[in-house]
This record gives sequence, structure tokens and C-alpha cells, in this order.
Amino acid sequence: MIKNPWNEKLIFELGAPGRQAFSLPASDVPEVDLDWPENMRREKAPGLPEVSEPELVRHFTALSRLNHGVDTDFYPLGSCTMKYNPKVDEALAALPGFAGIHPYLPEELVQGALQLIYEMEAYLAEISGMDRVTMQPAAGAHGELTGILLVRAYHRCRGENRTRILVPDSAHGTNPATAAMAGYQVVSVPSDQRGGVDVAALEKLLDERVAGLMLTNPNTLGLFDENIHIIADMVHKVGGLLYYDGANTNAIMGYTRPGNMGFDVVHFNLHKTFATPHGGGGPGAGPVGVKKDLVPFLPVPLVDFDGKRYYFNYDLPHSIGKVRSFYGNFGVVVKAYAYIRSLGAEGLKQVSRDAVLNANYLMAHLKKYFYLPYDRFCKHEFVISGKWQKERNGVKTLDMAKRLLDYGFHPPTIYFPLIVEEAMMIEPTETESKETLDRFIDAMIRIAREAEEEPEKIKGAPYTTYIGRLDEVAAARKPELRWRAGK
Amino acid sequence: MRYLPNTIDDRQKMMADIGISSVEELFADIPEQVRLKRELNLPEALAEPELVRHLEDLAGKNGDTSRYTCFLGGGYYDHYIPAVIPALLSRSEFYTAYTPYQAEISQGTLAAIYEFQTMICELTGMDVANASMYDGATALAEAAAVATGATRRQRVVVSRTVHPEYRQVLKTYLEPRGVELVELPFTNGVTTGDNLDRYINRQTAAVLVQQPNFFGCLEDVYSLQRAASGVGALFIVSADPISLGLLKPPGEYGASIVVGEGQSLGLPLNFGGPGFGYFAAREEFLRRIPGRVVGATSDTRGRRGYVLTLQAREQHIRREKATSNICSNQALCALAATIYLSAMGPAGLRRVAGLCAQKAAYAKKRLAAVKGITVAFNAPSFKEFVIKSEYPVTLVQGVLLRRGLVAGPDLGRFYPELSNHLLVAVTEKRTKEEIDRLAEALEEVAG
Ligand SMILES: Cc1ncc(COP(=O)(O)O)c(C=O)c1O
Repeated sequence: MIKNPWNEKLIFELGAPGRQAFSLPASDVPEVDLDWPENMRREKAPGLPEVSEPELVRHFTALSRLNHGVDTDFYPLGSCTMKYNPKVDEALAALPGFAGIHPYLPEELVQGALQLIYEMEAYLAEISGMDRVTMQPAAGAHGELTGILLVRAYHRCRGENRTRILVPDSAHGTNPATAAMAGYQVVSVPSDQRGGVDVAALEKLLDERVAGLMLTNPNTLGLFDENIHIIADMVHKVGGLLYYDGANTNAIMGYTRPGNMGFDVVHFNLHKTFATPHGGGGPGAGPVGVKKDLVPFLPVPLVDFDGKRYYFNYDLPHSIGKVRSFYGNFGVVVKAYAYIRSLGAEGLKQVSRDAVLNANYLMAHLKKYFYLPYDRFCKHEFVISGKWQKERNGVKTLDMAKRLLDYGFHPPTIYFPLIVEEAMMIEPTETESKETLDRFIDAMIRIAREAEEEPEKIKGAPYTTYIGRLDEVAAARKPELRWRAGK
Repeated sequence: MRYLPNTIDDRQKMMADIGISSVEELFADIPEQVRLKRELNLPEALAEPELVRHLEDLAGKNGDTSRYTCFLGGGYYDHYIPAVIPALLSRSEFYTAYTPYQAEISQGTLAAIYEFQTMICELTGMDVANASMYDGATALAEAAAVATGATRRQRVVVSRTVHPEYRQVLKTYLEPRGVELVELPFTNGVTTGDNLDRYINRQTAAVLVQQPNFFGCLEDVYSLQRAASGVGALFIVSADPISLGLLKPPGEYGASIVVGEGQSLGLPLNFGGPGFGYFAAREEFLRRIPGRVVGATSDTRGRRGYVLTLQAREQHIRREKATSNICSNQALCALAATIYLSAMGPAGLRRVAGLCAQKAAYAKKRLAAVKGITVAFNAPSFKEFVIKSEYPVTLVQGVLLRRGLVAGPDLGRFYPELSNHLLVAVTEKRTKEEIDRLAEALEEVAG
């Protein structure tokens, strides 16, 4: 049994009544009786912890030790681009001149922030081949919603009431969920033998009801769809637009751009491609870029420059409005800006080269041991299947993922994309060394061997983690979503 | 390149194993037509010291709170951030992790979210809370969407005293779903209580209010709640969590869903983000709520642990039938709030809220005595209030700026009838001396 870094007590179970970790000055204004109605006053204090600062720090430090992060070890979670997060970017975003500025400061007091947004817009426009970019969306899915609302506004402005959004069967769940939120009927497009969009099937689905097609390229199999220009022409021919899910931009920087591929709208995940940390689930940022025809519909405000000063431009009469308060996750934008400035054009291209090389290296070694449904060069990630192990040894992908924990690695994304059975989606990123990749290959080969020789062992994994496999079914059947005293 | 470990030699070896002689072969499937046939046009790469200098230059052009005393409000506030928060958030096991899909190696994030959910329930008086939303505005919009689904009604009524930017987001979110958005007028800084039945009827899915409202005033939430529940509509409240140290939890006055912006709880201003939205609801809406939810369970050895749960609501399982498309949220910000609320405890939160209220009350009285300034609304208020000036707001703000003070926003921006009106926010960080300086500056405008 491994040593337990945590005493298993939640913060509510620590401390004692009267303990405190705050320190606030005495009031320096004359005390008054507040004129609040009696029925608006809180009677019972909220059940918050009562702990001293040292207890507080030990508790959260202990919790942190139960986590695996990119700084801990390899994190090949496909589709999530878990690359190294530069420390200097964290420090820069925390500068008082960025972290300490209120969103309603007068424009003359935020010229530096506006300049940063303005320049960032130009960089993202250049990287994607778009004409303008909004920083407002807070994450990828939020960018998708923004983008699809832009598509909707575009069609409506032309007097067209299109009702459908096409989404490949390999798409990320946020794509169909987004289209539905924007009021569209979602129509699934099948994939072909090579893992791309089935062009013949697409042809049958295209008509004047189609508002647009959402696509990521390379797609969620990590494969570049070579028919992209044909697909773009087909969609455009019926008056539809092309939406680019930019989650996979790490594969193509400097090689191609969504704009060159024929896309009209794109979102970025700054927390993937541009190295801002994922924070255990957020915050990210999902800027959205558009081609000229869609600019009038962008959320307000945009940041413009009149030759002397930067300013917020609210003068967009056809705007979809706002998708978030203020101007987006600015602090995240600062980090991504710093990252782009650290790499420059050649650096970003090298990022894509190494990301793709690392992925193909892993794939070349692993395909002897695991079924590879689409055997061709991949881009920054690839999908293998646990099908052989399941058929031969009754070992599932989930079991192998859990076994990887014992080898010290974060497992790949599993059971996604949905079109590959027992899927394992592996994305090494460019910030991993060959030694790390070799260690991972070794672990995977050992697991493949264990599956043959000791299948029961894998089914019981993990063994070395602080906690064993958790009963998710029980958690969902009888939801316990908060701590209560005396339980 | 400092973030890329591969050397030329490493790359050669890897290419040999793959069976290629150039990395370009891996990109050969990108058709000629779509290739970028030039280099990207971006500024030269900067070494770390150059980068730092450049960003320090940009940061230096901004008027942060160390240079301008901040009386700005409107959803984001200059509260004190205890040093334990940035110290603990800088544990990279927290900030370099992804969404906790693999529970066995994510118990830190999961246990912290479980604590967060508990604290939000305690503050709001609700039964359940999720792991966070993007911000207060999107949390409110998602709450309205839950209401339309739960009631199968297509009309949402929102008070004009709700943050104007939240109402804009609400409109953006609801319009494509064919939901009609109706606004309640206000009188003397609070939602007009008369004729509520002209707006709130049997087609109404929800009534949305903010407490304290955008002007800092306390709403008569009881009569608004009655109007909502009387027609079977949900009552949805957006609340500043700091205010809940002193104000009645919305669960005690019949709220169905409570949301709000969490930036007040230990997060920097960040020019408006990242902060986070919180989302809490009554049990009956559990299977309709958006986003990640953490639940307690046990492992194969009987040890208690935490997992993402009720995922059948979410996009990765339900796709177009999901309750929302949200995937990434604002987890690290929610962790900051968890640490903040742990540090403050019940007594500290009460103290912060009390200091805000006392100092704001002092400022309100002090500014009311300034010639040319009137306090616009006499409803009870929390940490913000509205002043009306005889002079244009731009002139007033100019004078304040010269004295190193900022207040606002200018309400004329959002409410045409409130030109010459300025919001003033007073947090526990403001001192009597700073408030007096604000009053003196305003005296100068008149003088
Ligand atoms: C392909 C793809 N699209 C969209 C998203 C959603 O992005 P976010 O989590 O930033 O909302 C993801 C993230 O997991 C993704 O992998």
C-alpha cells in the first residue's frame, strides 16, 4: 500500500469553532445601523469551514498531491493538447498592470490591455487566415456557440431561414450540443473508409436547409481530411458555411490555415494550442475568427485602433450581441499572447512539426501491439483500439487506461471518438522528449503483454494510486453532491 | 526553442523508426490548394527577458488598482485577496491538470470541487451546485434555459435592474431558442412592484432578478417571488456571493435557481476575466442543470472518493440532447473561491460583507452632502449605490482621474434615462481617507 498524502478529511471536518484564517482591519468609518428590512437579513451563518491558515495550507497542499498534472508526468490526453505551460506566462498574466485592472476603467487607462488584445487579434487572424477575431468566448464550446450564432445571423440577414447544421459522426460532443443550443436541427454525416467525411453521403445531405457544416481538420481521429477543399466547395455551393473547430490547430500551424481550407468561422482553444494551463477544467479561452462576410455580426465590443489610441468599438448594428460579460478571459489571452511572442512564426511551425512527429513515432511503435483502425500517417494525435485485447483476453480499454496509472502516466482519452470501438486517443504534444515517449511505449507494450498473460491483473488496476477504481454507477444512482455535518 | 526537447538527432532517430526521411512526408496529405505557401507573418520570437520587458511595458500602460483607487463596480470588485490563494493556486498539480476524467489521479481537484459545491449550497440555501460556469452572465442565461425546459414555457421575464451585460447575454442565448424575453421596469432603483401581472403570466417560465441589483439596491424579493410562484414560474436570483455573508440566502425566500459571478471570492480583476459563474438549484432540477457535477462514492476497497457524476446530462454523452454544450468551465477560479471561503469562514465572510456595507453607507452619506451630487435612489443598498451629478459624467470622471480615483460605470451607457448617473462601489478595501478624497474630488467638480 502506498503512503497516503491526505487524511481523507474534507475542509469542513478540520479546525474548530472560532478558528479563522482571515485578517481584516477594524472599520475606520463611523458605525451606522443599516436600513435593511429585517426579512432581508441573514439569520443563520453559512456552514463554512473554521480553520487557521496553516491547516488551510496543509489541506489544499495535500489535495494537490493527489492530482496528476502536466508538470507531474506525461499526459497524452487526446484532443486536449496537454502541452507544457510556460512558467513565465503565468508570471506575466499576474502583473498588476494586467491582473489589477477593472473592466470598466476608462479607455485611456487600459491602453496596454487594449493593445495586447488588438495585437493578439492580428496574430490569431494570421494563424487562421481569418479577417477578424473576437476574444469574448470563454472556452472552446463557448466559441462554438458564438460561431454558430454568427452563422445563423449571417443567413437571417440574407433573409434565409436555414434549419440544419451538419456534424460528422466523429465530432466532439460539444459540436452537436452547440448546434442544438443555437436552435438548429443536428444532422450527422458519416465518415468514410479513410476516416474523413464521406463525400458521397455529404452530397445527399446538402440542400438549402443546411446552414453549415462543423468540422475539425485534422479530425478527431488525428487524420487530415484531404478532401477539405472539395467539401468546402460543396457546402458553399448550397449556400452553407463552414465552421472550424480549432481544437486540433496544434497540428497545422504554418502549414495550412482554416482560411485556406475554405472555412468561414473558426474557434481557437487558447488552453490547448497556445499553452495556457487547463486549471483542472478551466479557465480556458475560445476566441472566434471569421471571414469578412461575417464580421458585421461579431459580438460587441471589438477593439480598434484609430492611429493614436485603442478603443472599444460597439458600433456593430448587426452584432449577435454579447456572449459573456466584459471582454472574455483576458488573463488567459495574456498568457497565450506571451506564448505566441515567445515562439514566433518559425517556433509555431516547429511546434506543429514536433507534435506530428511525436505522434507518428508513438503510432509506429504501438500499432504492432494495438489495433490501428486507420493505418496512415496521423497528425498530432492518433486513435488506436483495445479491440484485440478485448476479443482475445477480455481486457477492455478502460482496464488498460487504469493500468497505465500504475506506470505513472495519465491515460489517453478513451471511448472517443465514438466511431472507433474501445478507442484510445493519444496526443503526445511537442513538449515531450523522446525518452518520455519511449517510457510510454514500454509501458503500453508491457500492458499489451499483461493483457495476454495476466488479464485479471489489468482488470483490477490501478494498484498504486491513492484510491482504487470508484463506483460511478452508485455515484449517479444516489447522488451525494455535498458534504453534510454528521454524515 | 526552450519548450521543445527534441534535438536534430532525436528527430532523425524517430524518423528512422517511422520509416521516413523528412518530417514533411507526414504533412504530404495536405493538398497543394490549401497549403500556406509562405511563412506566417508574426513578430520575431522573443527570448524570455525580452518577452518580460515587452509585457511589462504593456502592463505599465494600464491604470491598475495600485495606481488608481478603485470605486468601480458593476459585477467585478476590488476586494482583498488573501495571500494563501495565489500561493496555493500556484501548485502546478492543480493548474496543469485537465478536467478530472481519471478520478484515481484527480482526487485533489474532485475533492476541492465537492467542497466548493457544498460551500455554494451553504451560501445560497440551495440543495445542489455545479462545478462552475464561465461567468455570472452565462450562468444566468443557462438558468433561464433550465426554466424553459422544466416548465415547457417560452417566456422569460427579467428585471431591468439585472446587470445590463447579463441581459444582453440572456438575449443572445434565448433568442435562437425562440424564447420571448420581457423586461420589468424599475422605479427608484428597484423593480417596479405594481402591475407585475401585466408581465408575469401563465406563459412565464421564470422571473429573473438580481439581489443586490445592478444599482446596489435591495429588491423586494418576496413580492417578486410570489408573483413568479403564483403562476408556476421559476424564481431565479443572481446574487453577489459576498453579500450573502449578511443577506438572506435566496433559498429562504423561495428561489428555484441561484446564480452569480464569483470573482468577488478571491479573484483578481483581470480586466473582466477569468472569474467564474456559480450555479445552484433545488434538488428537483438536478438532472437539468448544465456542466460538471462532482459526487461522492467509494472505491473497490471501500475508501471514500469523488467522481464526475450525472454525466448523462452532458455533451460528451448526450450530444445534441445535452442540457448544455459547456465542457471546460472555470475550475481553477472555483478552487480560488473554495480557498477564499475556507480562509474567511462564516465570521470572516460576515465581516467582509459588514465592512463593505458600513463603508458604502458612510460613502453614500458623505457623497450626498456634496454640492451638485445627489444619491439617486433611496432604497436600502449593500456595497454599491448610484449618484447623480449636475455635471456630465465624463467631466466628473476626468476630475476623479486627476486625483487618482476611478468610479463607475457611467450608467448612461446602459440606461438612456440615467445619463449623469454614476455607480459607486465601496469594498472592504476602501479606507475612510479614500472615501473622503472621493468626496473632496466631487466637491472640486462643483466648486
Ligand atoms: C475537438 C474538440 N472540440 C471542442 C472542445 C471543447 O472545448 P472546451 O472544453 O474548451 O469548451 C474540445 C475539448 O475537449 C475538443 O477536444
